[in-house]
Amino acid sequence: MSKAMIRTGRLPFSKKGMREDVGRRSYRSAWGNAIIVIFMGIIAIFMALPLIYTITTAFKPINELFLYPPKFFVKNPTLKNMKDLFATMSSSYIPYSRYLFNSIMVSVLGTAGHVFIVAMAAYAFAKHSFPGGKFIFNMIVFSLMFSGYVTGVPRFIIMSKMKILDTYLALVLPMMASSLGLYLLKQFMEQMIIDETLESARIDGASEFRIVWNVVMPCVKPGWLTLILLSFKDSWGDIGSPSLYIQTESLKTLPQAMSYIQQGTIARMGAGAANSLLIMLPPIIIFIITQSNVIETMKSSGMKG
Amino acid sequence: MSRPVNAMKKTLSDRFNLKPVLKEMKRKRVCYALIAPYVILFFIFTVLPVIVSIVLSFTEYNIIEKPTFIGWSNYIQLLLDDSVFLIAVKNTFIFALITGPISYFACLIFAWLINELRPKLRAWVTLIFYAPSISGNVFLIWKYIFGGDAYGLLNSFLMDWGFINEPILWLQDANINLKVIMVVQLWLSLGTSFLAFMGGLQGVDRTLYEAGAMDGIRNRWQELYYITLPSMKPQLIFGAVMQVTASFAVSDICQQLAGFPSPLYSAHTIGLHMMDYGTIRYEMGYASTVAVILFLITTVTNSVIRKAVKPE
Repeated sequence: MSKAMIRTGRLPFSKKGMREDVGRRSYRSAWGNAIIVIFMGIIAIFMALPLIYTITTAFKPINELFLYPPKFFVKNPTLKNMKDLFATMSSSYIPYSRYLFNSIMVSVLGTAGHVFIVAMAAYAFAKHSFPGGKFIFNMIVFSLMFSGYVTGVPRFIIMSKMKILDTYLALVLPMMASSLGLYLLKQFMEQMIIDETLESARIDGASEFRIVWNVVMPCVKPGWLTLILLSFKDSWGDIGSPSLYIQTESLKTLPQAMSYIQQGTIARMGAGAANSLLIMLPPIIIFIITQSNVIETMKSSGMKG
Repeated sequence: MSRPVNAMKKTLSDRFNLKPVLKEMKRKRVCYALIAPYVILFFIFTVLPVIVSIVLSFTEYNIIEKPTFIGWSNYIQLLLDDSVFLIAVKNTFIFALITGPISYFACLIFAWLINELRPKLRAWVTLIFYAPSISGNVFLIWKYIFGGDAYGLLNSFLMDWGFINEPILWLQDANINLKVIMVVQLWLSLGTSFLAFMGGLQGVDRTLYEAGAMDGIRNRWQELYYITLPSMKPQLIFGAVMQVTASFAVSDICQQLAGFPSPLYSAHTIGLHMMDYGTIRYEMGYASTVAVILFLITTVTNSVIRKAVKPE
């Protein structure tokens, strides 16, 4: 019954909902609702239009790309831009598929590594108290207060000393140590994992490492799905760190391919739009799959002043 | 001879409680093993860079030769003698003071309104609002929308409808490009805080609303102010940190939209200033000084805001 209440409680825009929890919703005026719907509609269009424009442009044949006045929608959609991207670019110095491969390598390795090391660390911070633990965790929380931008230049120096500049590692390793992921997963574990479960696993003789993988991780699935989304979207579309740390053309990623595609002839505009589409879609698809899990995780994202 | 020394040792270790701590550390050694991979990388790529920045900010360093200590002169030059840096500071603060608060409240208000929708619709609207912030450098499409010639989508639309006679150089004109970038920045800004607020709103105890209705709450604004916001204070703080951090870091988008350097440095920011010296001119000492200043500005602002939002 309570579940039904919650559901219908979320229906302020329909008369049906009003009937069932009059107590809460009766003070919501119909006028207010109408204004909100219009307002939200306008903003939603503002948010969506550039993305839709990216999609339509990617499917425009060449004569529509240079139409004057420019048209928003596509009349005769074509896959030629996609084909161009792979075909003409494959004859060039670095084939397009190489950029795609690099992006996949970096994003997948970085995300997997991130989830792997954060899972263990978050568990230790969430469910154990040990000397120095609080201090280190506070330091990680503090690092949320400045962006990776601040550390860009010194990172460059450190990487050059470590001799990992201009390798995949330069992109993968910093990504694995992102502090937002650790913070979110630790908060979520603290809330989801009951000490009794851990205790009984220990009595069964499970080691702490096994507990992380066999007991804790299955319980915090929304948490690590969130980490996958955040980490993947950060690296897939990122132009900042690759342009700082990668110089070799054959190691560059999709966002960097953009300038390469466009520095050719203007006829490459279609291919550029197709590239944008490839940059845009994967994170959005991951978010469609993980959305409810992500919001579940965010319930415990709060900070105590 | 040995007795007094031993006694001293004992009192020392007693005073600092070293033994029990060490014992506890040994007992909990598995914890250190668990956090080690993460903490080592975190140290190398976050803590060490901050330390390195601070140290190098007092030196002159070009990566090839050894750094030479030059005291405060980088700071003096940066604050007193670098007019481009002052433009960067001004622009960064314009971003932080305008897009920061607007984006914060936009996250909050949209999360609140979207949360009222029925679940299916809510999922789609959430997707539409969140999508721009996760679609990488697709914001480059704004270059076509704000294209400076008559082929630009907005120019062509405005000329078509007779609002303007000549195309506007949206991204090149030093007087308006900052505002145009702000629009794009706002478009991108419904990110992690937005999701955090969605989570916070869904975590509010529903019985509070019923109790509130009995206690005479009359409209949705009162409900928001008296019940919803106080219940999601921790998320509000988290969101503020995320948003402040992001709005002080605005740089990539300026570089991509207005070019680098932008006309008359009109879209220059502190982040770009640092990158300019760090990765183009290889003046690492000076770049580190800029990094330290940006670090201080961001963390101090964040701390102040956290204190301000904090209850009581």
